[in-house]
This record gives sequence, C-alpha cells and structure tokens, in this order.
Amino acid sequence: MATDTAIHTQEFQVNMGPQHPSTHGVFRMVLTMDGERVVDCEPHVGFLHRSMEKMAENRLYIQFLPMADRIDYLSSLFCSVAHCQAVEQLMEIEVPPRAKYLRTMFMELNRIASHCIFFGVFALDLGAVTPFLYGFRERELTMDLLEMTTGQRITFNYPRFGGVAADLPDSFFAVAEKFLKVFPGRITDYERILNENEIFLARTKGVGVVDGARAINYGWSGPNLRASGVNFDLRQNMPYEAYGELGYEAVVLSNGDCYDRYLVRILEMRASHALIKKCLEGLPDGPIVKEKVSKFPKVPAGEVYARVESPRGDYGLYLVSDGTNKPYRYKLRTPSFNNLSMIREMLPGVYLADVVPIFGSLDVILPDVDR
Amino acid sequence: MIIHPVLSWLNEWWQGVVATYGLPSCFVPAAQMVVHAILIGGFIAVLVLFLIWLTRKVSAHIQQRFGPMRVGWHGSVQTVADALKLMQKEDTTPRSCDRPVFNIAPFLAFAPTIVAFVVIPFGDGAIIRDLNIGVLFLFAITTINVIGVISGGWASGSKYSLLGGFRSAAQLVSYEVPLVLSALGVIMLAGSMKMGAIVDAQSRIWFVAYQPLAFVIYIIAATAEVNRTPFDIPEAEQEIVAGFNVEYSGMKFAMFFLAEFANMFLIAAIAATLFLGGWRGPWLPGEFWFLAKSFAIVLLLMFFRWTYPRLRVDQLMSFAWKFLLPLAFLNLIITGLILVLI
Amino acid sequence: MLTDYAFVAFFIVFGCFFVAAALIGAWFIRPQRPSRIKGDIYECGETTRGTSWVQYNVRFYLVALAFVIFDVEVAFLLPWAVAAKRLGLYAFVEMMIFVGILLVALVYAWRKGALKWA
Repeated sequence: MATDTAIHTQEFQVNMGPQHPSTHGVFRMVLTMDGERVVDCEPHVGFLHRSMEKMAENRLYIQFLPMADRIDYLSSLFCSVAHCQAVEQLMEIEVPPRAKYLRTMFMELNRIASHCIFFGVFALDLGAVTPFLYGFRERELTMDLLEMTTGQRITFNYPRFGGVAADLPDSFFAVAEKFLKVFPGRITDYERILNENEIFLARTKGVGVVDGARAINYGWSGPNLRASGVNFDLRQNMPYEAYGELGYEAVVLSNGDCYDRYLVRILEMRASHALIKKCLEGLPDGPIVKEKVSKFPKVPAGEVYARVESPRGDYGLYLVSDGTNKPYRYKLRTPSFNNLSMIREMLPGVYLADVVPIFGSLDVILPDVDR
Repeated sequence: MIIHPVLSWLNEWWQGVVATYGLPSCFVPAAQMVVHAILIGGFIAVLVLFLIWLTRKVSAHIQQRFGPMRVGWHGSVQTVADALKLMQKEDTTPRSCDRPVFNIAPFLAFAPTIVAFVVIPFGDGAIIRDLNIGVLFLFAITTINVIGVISGGWASGSKYSLLGGFRSAAQLVSYEVPLVLSALGVIMLAGSMKMGAIVDAQSRIWFVAYQPLAFVIYIIAATAEVNRTPFDIPEAEQEIVAGFNVEYSGMKFAMFFLAEFANMFLIAAIAATLFLGGWRGPWLPGEFWFLAKSFAIVLLLMFFRWTYPRLRVDQLMSFAWKFLLPLAFLNLIITGLILVLI
Repeated sequence: MLTDYAFVAFFIVFGCFFVAAALIGAWFIRPQRPSRIKGDIYECGETTRGTSWVQYNVRFYLVALAFVIFDVEVAFLLPWAVAAKRLGLYAFVEMMIFVGILLVALVYAWRKGALKWA
C-alpha cells in the first residue's frame, strides 16, 4: 500500500528461545520483527554442547558405546550402531546375519518412534494438541518392543562390536505381531486427522519451500532432502546391515514445503513398518554376536567413515584410530546441524506463526545439533 | 419455572418490609440488585470451576487420557484446588511495565462479562433486566474486554504480550462485525432487540431453521471472539507463549482465565437464546433447557479446540473480511428481501 | 427504564468489586517477595533487547479503521432491523443502497490491499 512508505514501522527484536515452548529443546533465535513479519533471524546454538567428540576420544571404545546413545536421544540406536560399524570396519569383523537383521529391525522401530514424536510435535506446533498424544501412544508400542529386548526405553545400548547384546525373548513375537497388525491403522488415523484438514494444509502447504539444489548445497539429508525431490536414502543408495538383502525404495516427494516434509515422514513410517515385517519373516538363525571379539578391543590404526540413515538424515562418524584402545579422532557429522543451517535463510519474510512449523518441520533435535 | 417464583416471592417479602417499616420505595430495586449480583457472581464462579473441569475432562477423553482423577470424584474439585493454589501465588509485576494500566487490565477483562449476564434469560421470567436494546447491549458490553486484553498486553512491556495484545485486538475487531451482522437477521425476524421478545418469537420454530447461515457465521465468529482454537492466535502457546497474559501471575492471571471461560459460556448462552429458542423446551423447566443448549454449544467449542490446528494471523483476517463479512451481508440482504416481500 | 440502567451500573460496580475482592483476598495469603530477577519480563530466559513499545506495524490500524466504518454501519442497521417488517420495501431499498455503498468501500479496501496482511 502507498501508506507503507510514508509511515515508519519500528522493528523490534524478539528472543525466541532458549526457554520457549516450541524450540524443541534449547535453541535460540533472535528474530527482528516488523509487526508479525520476520525481517531477520539470528540463530544461536550450543546450549546443549557436551563435547561428545572429546569425550569419545578419552574413553575406551566400549565405554563410549552407551554414551553414543545420548547424542540423539530420539533415535539413539542409530548413533550406537554407527559407532559399532566404524569399529567393526576397522577391525574387519563380519557381523552375523541374525545380528544384522536384529539391528535393522530395531533401527526401524526406533525410526517409527522418532517419527511418531515428529508427528505429534509438528501438530502441536500448529496448535493441535490431540495428535501429540496420539503420536506418543504409538511410540509407546515401539518402546515396549524395544524394552522387551534391550531392557531400555530411550537409550538402548543394544549393539555390540560384532553383533548385538541380546536375542529376542520368546514373548517378543506375539507382541510384535500385534504391533504390526494395529500400526497401519494408526497411521491411517494420523492421515485422517491432519492430511485433509483444511487449516493444516493452509498452514503447511507452500510454507518454507526449499528446492532440491538448495537443499543439497546446504548439506541437507534424510526426510528433509527427500521432501525436496532428491532421491537419496542411504538405505537405498548405500545399503548397510540387512538393507541390501531386504531391499528398500526411498520415499521421495517433490514440493519441498512443510507439508511434504511432514508427509515424507508419515510415508516412511509405513515403509518402516513393511521393513520390520520383512525382517521378522526373514530372520535368519545363528549367533547374535561374532565370536572371539574382545569387549575392550585395540582397534587397528586407520581411518573410517561410517554412516547410517537416521530418522533425521545422514548420520556420519569419521573415526581415526592410532592402534590403541581409544579413538584418536571421533568426528561426528550429525544431520540435525546441517538441516538447521538454512534456518537463517528460510525465515526472513515469513510470519511469526510460520517460524514454528518451519522449524518444526526440519525435525532437528538439539543435542544432535550441539553434540 | 424455578428461579422466577423464588424471586417474585422475595420481591413480595421486600415490599412487605418496605410497607411495614416505611422505608423509601427505592429500597426494593436496590435489594434486588444486590441479590441478583451476588447470585450471578456465585453462578459465574461455580460455572467457571465446572467449565475448567469439563474442558480438562473432554480434552482428556478426546486424547485417550483420564484427565484429573485424584482430587474428588473424577477430579471434580481439582479446579477448586487449582484456584486455591493460584491464590497463594506471588503476584509479580514486571519492573518495566506500565503499572496503572497493568493493574486495571484484569478489571476491564472481567467486569464486562458479569455485566453482560444482566440481559441473559435463564428461564421463564428469570432475566434480571430485559433491556429494550438487549442484543446491542450484549455486543457492546462484551467488546469492552478487548480493551482489557490489549491494555494488558501492551502494559506488560513484554514483546510476546504486545504481539498477543495486537493480535487479539485485530482479531476481535474483525470478527465483531460478522458477529453482529449475523445477529441482525434474528433481530429482523423477531422485530425486537429484547432478549425476552426474541425467545418468545421462537415459541414455535427456532430461528436456526430460518437463519442457518447466520447461525454458522455466529458460531465461527463467536469462536474467534472467545479466542478458541482454531482462532486462538492471541494466546498461541507455540508462537507467543501465552500472548497477552504472559506477564500476569497469581490472582490477576486467574481473573483473565475466569473472564475467558465465563465469556465462552456467555457466547454460547447468546447463541442458545438467539438461535436455539433460549429456555423454551418441552416438559422440563426452562432453566434446564437453557443450560442444556448453552452447554451443547460450549461442548462444540471444546471439540473445535481439541481437534483443530490454529490458523495464521493473515489467514484469520482475510477469512473474516473476505469471506465471513460478505457472507453475513448476503444473509442480511436475503433475510430482508424475504421479510419485506412476504 | 431508569432502574434498568441502574442495574447495569450496579453490575459494573459489582464486577469491579468482584475482581478487587479476589485480588485483595489473595493479597492476605500470598507471599510478597519481589526481587530483581522476578521483575524481569519474560524473554525466553535471555536479557531483553530493546523496548517493546514501538511504532507497531500500520496494518493493525488499517484494520481498526475498517472496523470502525463497518461497526458504525451495523449501528445504523440495527434500528432498521428492529422495524424492518413494518417499514416495508421502501426502507429496505434505502437500506440496501446504504449497505451497497459500504460494500463498494469494502471492495475498494480489498482492491487497495488494505485487507492484505503483507
């Protein structure tokens, strides 16, 4: 409007975070606002820095294994599997097939748990409280399964060098069967709650659009990248554990907006469900851990890059060993940090109300960002 | 049916007292005022305690939880415990606030609500004063609490409350027009703005049958007026934490809370009176029907709240101005045309 | 008639009294230990940058102006609505001209972007 040039609006700065209901942890954005519009965003990270890498370098390999779970507490299994994979690659240990299947299956369960939380929290960010509780209800089912086997509900400490810590208990199969039976219906519930909700669509479609090229430039990975139309999923492109045998086709959408980032995760839950089913059907017999692997290994000198497809994206671990029983360098490439890096560019120009779904749709987790 | 006989008996008794002791005749309405005010005050207090409990229970059952269970039967006195807790809370006032405005805001937010109950017909003859501009009075008086909300938001000196206050002002102001326009159709049909006359005009058929469009517009606009999801942007927790009342604590916060829930009932009571025949209903006393209809609408608002995401501020505004307002005018024109031609 | 409004006036006083009673009642039992940190405004745990009393975006005032126009219009419509049945076609047409003018104003504001939020 013509009056805009004549009347000056004062911009003001709002601190969003670290103590804010929707920053998913302790993330701070200093937003410069013009009324309801964001003009500039100054992100601050590091509130949760625990110097994980340095801690890894001062501990035995086995000592860091349970700590690796704490890097990303919503998908903790992926971090410890990556840790084990790196050690196994350096020591040239072949993991028994049953252990591979178990790892794969529990990673997929963990992925479902993580995506369930995303579903709930993303809806909560948009003001819908009920899906939040729904998401947690289904997460509980996966947690139960994980607890039956690993004894833990959040940080599982499940993989071991050359295998896994425990085999499935006898009661597992019945519970798993039940879970596999009810879960697709629950995802349908999710879709019915949000996918056709006019308000939800209005709030998410076309909001925070990122095209594939830009996503690659910023090092995005995981569901965020696939929502932008880039067909890249480690499970499909560089299969590890049992993914090669099971076969996996990545879920790819093309719009790159908040809605697609949400939808990719919903569809991935279905894909994970199918993978778990395949795992249980094709579960080979045999040992769950490679024999004669020391619990306190001296890892041969060398360097290795292990990567897994965590629910947040490409989780990479660059491990340099000098031949002792502690890592020489333990470098983490966590997906959340890269996914978050674009926030400064994505926010200017949007409404304050859009900040929340844009940030939420990236599904970052702050301990994973800060390490 | 229930309230009216009691009140008229009280009236006669007072008149007797006035006659016996030779008091001035203005004593009777004065005594009425005090009794009515105390009744309404008590009603609101109990109502809000019940409504908060109901909200928590309804939300819990929608979300497959139990909600409050410990204090009393199914947590029925939980809200009393919460109110007592709020009373014991320290009432902090931010250093950088505009103190007088900050302190006046709770009064502005709550007092209009209680005044609005003057013209609500609770049952047959159970209306405190049937003002001849009833509907206009209602809409005028309920709008005042916007001033409480915006002054509270502005005076707090916090940016979140400022954003909340401005959002609230913009929203309430935008939805006020379609709200009143939707009531206009009813006024035309009834040919009066008296609440009692509007109820009487619905003795055969509820106005919702003649004015379905107006009813829908009213419900949408009313949801926005009382800041319920999907129109709860003034207190959008995920964006601006708690909006205008972010700096309020203790009893002052409780007053905003009280006003919010009382307003929710009020807006439902108005809907019941304007569109659903007020206290009229078969067999049972009018008070029962009035409460049943009001609570049905309150429950509807609660279902909205626990099932919908929230709109964005620009979507909210364009919905009001570009969709609801033309629709309300359309309804007005059609109603007028039919009324004049038939 | 006047007693009616005496009731309204009394209820206004009573409403304020209700709030005051609650606040004063709580004053007796609540603790009162202000400190510097408690007096800070909520800013997500960080120190505040700048004041919040700024020249706010003009958009909000445009909406307020639009509101004033339409609410006054509604105020004019109300007396007609009460008597619409009795006044008949002539008044209806007259009122529609009035509404029409304001609808044109709405279209104008719409076209000019006064209702747009960006």
